[in-house]
Amino acid sequence: MERIPILQMGDFLLVTIQVDMHDQLALTLQDDLSERISQISARGVLIDISALDMVDSFIGRMIGMISGLSRIMDAETVLVGMQPAVAITLVELGMTLPGVSTALNVERGMTLLRARAASQ
Amino acid sequence: MAALHQRTVNLLKKSDVELAVRWMADLEASGSTRNLKVDDIKQQMAEFLRLLNAIANDGGSQTVGSAQGDEVRQFLEKLSQQRALVGQDAQQTAYFIFSLKGPLFALLQTEYSDDASLLAEQLWELSQLLDTLGMHTIRTYQKSREAVIKRQQEELLELSTPVVKLWDGVLALPMIGTLDSQRTQVVMESLLQRIVDTGSEIAIIDITGVPTVDTLVAQHLLKTVTAIRLMGADCIISGVRPQIAQTIVHLGLDLQGVVTKANLADALALALRRLGVTVAKASV
Repeated sequence: MERIPILQMGDFLLVTIQVDMHDQLALTLQDDLSERISQISARGVLIDISALDMVDSFIGRMIGMISGLSRIMDAETVLVGMQPAVAITLVELGMTLPGVSTALNVERGMTLLRARAASQ
Repeated sequence: MAALHQRTVNLLKKSDVELAVRWMADLEASGSTRNLKVDDIKQQMAEFLRLLNAIANDGGSQTVGSAQGDEVRQFLEKLSQQRALVGQDAQQTAYFIFSLKGPLFALLQTEYSDDASLLAEQLWELSQLLDTLGMHTIRTYQKSREAVIKRQQEELLELSTPVVKLWDGVLALPMIGTLDSQRTQVVMESLLQRIVDTGSEIAIIDITGVPTVDTLVAQHLLKTVTAIRLMGADCIISGVRPQIAQTIVHLGLDLQGVVTKANLADALALALRRLGVTVAKASV
């Protein structure tokens, strides 16, 4: 079955979404990610959606839920690389993803994660 | 419904020169020939009379909308476009067609002086035909005017949304004019694209040039701010004038979570502070 790879970088997990997200894939990712976070007791999760150029309300909600569950499991989540079109779509759909940290690219997201982890 | 009589069609064909002369006199008397060359008008008249003949021969007002009326419709479209370009108004443009009625009716009256009922019938038919043609002229005139307005609107839209780089990592967007949904969309798209292109972390939206802020404008601003945040950049709104601040409070708008500053300088100072940049006076 198709899966989105979850990479480990020290205490952090890196999820790069390179393919079009469909509903089943998003659900699988949610399961896999929560599993991995508890396995390695990750301090932070970085989700890179720079290759994602289409979203619907379901995927938007999944992104919100993934960051919510990571936070509950004590891992900071940063969403990076959102495309302008995706941002506009989410806003028009009324999904402002409150409480989700964002950054422009992976590098800045990593810096943000490290700063957050260090301050805890 | 009664169609145009063959006698009328023949009459039209026979007396086109005479018609053109009287038509021209009527047009000049009404002042609808301003900004136009007399030769052009004469040529257009001759062309229109020829087409009128053809359409009268083909059955009158019902044919204007069909395939046989293609030629006359195209002629009228070209005519009204040309009139719109030289700055004639809708009335003057339509009068070109309607002023033909006078000479035509006079002609019919002398032709059918012996038969009143036939005269009335033919007058009605001809009047309908000219009305249809005149209405088509006005419609296309309106369309070409609308096309001009639309083009200008689009140009204005592009002109009024420049995204400027204030500092390395700081973009500014000076908004001028009223914010509507369409403009917000264009502004949002160009700003977000620039954020991606330049990798800027802070965007300043300056609303000094926005005359009024109502609930709709505030909603548009909030949408833009949220979209910028989703992309991972920060947004500062600057240029909130006292009256606008009062309006926002009176309307009970919720701008929480949005950083606002009174002017662009304050916003830039805040942006620099966030970037960890200090500006100091050079010691002389």
